[in-house]
Amino acid sequence: MPKYITTIGLEVHAQLNTRSKMFCPCPVGYGADPNTQTCPTCLGLPGALPVLNLEAIEKTVLAGMMLGCSTPPISKWDRKNYFYPDMPKNYQTTQFDLPLCLDGGVPLYDLAYPKDAQKSIKNPGKVVKLTRIHLEEDVGKSTHSGIGTQLDFNRAGTPLMEIVSEPDIESAEEAFAYLISLRQILIYGGVSDADMEKGQLRCDVNISVRPEGQKELGAKIELKNLNSIAAVRRAIHHEVERQTEAVMRGEKLLQSTRRWDDDRGETQLMRSKEDAHDYRYFPCPDLLPIRTASIIERVHPRVPESPHAKRARFEQDYSVSAYDAGVLTSDKALAAWFEEAVAADAKVPAKKIANWVINELLGRLNEASSALENSLVKPTALNELVACVESGKISNTQAKEVFDEMFSSGETAVAIIKKKGFEQVSDTGALEAFCDQVISANPEKVAEFKAGNDKVLNWMTGQVMKASGGKANPKVLSELLRAKLA
Amino acid sequence: MSQPTLDIHKIARLSRLALTEEEATRFESQLGKVLEYMSALEHHDLSAVEPTQHAMPIYDVWREDESRSGFTAEEALANAPRQSSGQFLMPRVVEE
Ligand SMILES: [Zn+2]
Repeated sequence: MPKYITTIGLEVHAQLNTRSKMFCPCPVGYGADPNTQTCPTCLGLPGALPVLNLEAIEKTVLAGMMLGCSTPPISKWDRKNYFYPDMPKNYQTTQFDLPLCLDGGVPLYDLAYPKDAQKSIKNPGKVVKLTRIHLEEDVGKSTHSGIGTQLDFNRAGTPLMEIVSEPDIESAEEAFAYLISLRQILIYGGVSDADMEKGQLRCDVNISVRPEGQKELGAKIELKNLNSIAAVRRAIHHEVERQTEAVMRGEKLLQSTRRWDDDRGETQLMRSKEDAHDYRYFPCPDLLPIRTASIIERVHPRVPESPHAKRARFEQDYSVSAYDAGVLTSDKALAAWFEEAVAADAKVPAKKIANWVINELLGRLNEASSALENSLVKPTALNELVACVESGKISNTQAKEVFDEMFSSGETAVAIIKKKGFEQVSDTGALEAFCDQVISANPEKVAEFKAGNDKVLNWMTGQVMKASGGKANPKVLSELLRAKLA
Repeated sequence: MSQPTLDIHKIARLSRLALTEEEATRFESQLGKVLEYMSALEHHDLSAVEPTQHAMPIYDVWREDESRSGFTAEEALANAPRQSSGQFLMPRVVEE
């Protein structure tokens, strides 16, 4: 059986989290009552003129810098003409030949792959090449029902970046990792909230299949209606299978657009090449070009540490494993939480704090399907708990019990330790009394120890522990006993 | 010089216009004249002229990212022929 090669390119639309729209001062937001965030410009009323939102331009350039793109010296706006009710001007203002960002790439992080695929990453460290990123306006939201099509223009005019990749992706798993990594980078940059459920991140897939050995790409088939990253993976799996089977049957695939139906798990033809759009792009006379030099200069200092740079720093500074550093930096807020916990008291080993965050905090949040921002355990409080374990004040087992209570009540470690009576007695005066008691009551054991049986010490430690009601600090205790028996 | 090609039926289709044959003939000749007029540019030697991105030699016109409210829903919908629950209502269209 011949082998088939899959080639995938992604077009991602990401809404920018600016305060106002791209070409008018209407507020940008999710969840407002329909048509309460519009004006003549974003409703496309005749005579209304657009004015560029500088922050949207800067955020796009910033995203480009994080992804290693270059920015041409001049960038301009064009009209993409089409007729559809979600765009009442009958053209979308976008960028055609001089977009804000060119080239660059999206690094695929190991932890961005689907969990079940992380052990078999085919191209570790791969960077998927980008073609371009351009800035445009979002369109209105249409809802179809029995009475007709309803339109809400609150979304119309929201600044929208379109991030176009090269056909550089080989599998559904790489496409998945691409989207997770890209989302992570956009969130790190603070340019987009990138929530797919809210439509802030949307994705179209171009996919083609060809027999191994064939140079030219197979027919490009576009998939639409992909509403989650998991759906993108499912749709690609389905489509690769469908196209491969068709090619094996000797069928000739044609360039077309298909809609993914996630419930049925299949794609359906929307339109073929013959009705492909002809957008008749031309320069927008209403908007003047921009010179990007001053923008680049202003944006440079705003570029934050990227997830992969942060990950490398965590490995170095906090001596955590590459995997743990990856987990901690997979979410910007989590990374900040961890660093705050470490900074609360630098004497507490960061690696220990990392273990508590990854194994206990994340596990507990996951079980409770709760977000980090709602955690009752605060960074400083975790540091305090770990400090108590490190100093021998409480045992690891007790600490887990304390953590449980911190997690459900938000009380501090110290308060819970006191309440539970977990405080280990490290005060040598109090311990000495218990030791003397046990030593004088067991002269034969003392003799055994003196004869060289070191194991007796464990037994005696146990006895003192019992006498202290389990509160003796075992480390302090065994040192004390050894000194007394010497 | 050669007449630039113009497919009036394709233009009409792209513009969602249903033209009668008589209109198609009339507009084809009118639009043909526009194209012919534009092709006058071809008679000039522009080899020494730098291309520009816009007809106006002005750059960097923008605004700060400040929001302010515009229309109320009533105002936005004032000219809508049909509306329903605060939204514009039109014949059902399903494409992409
Ligand atoms: Zn507006």
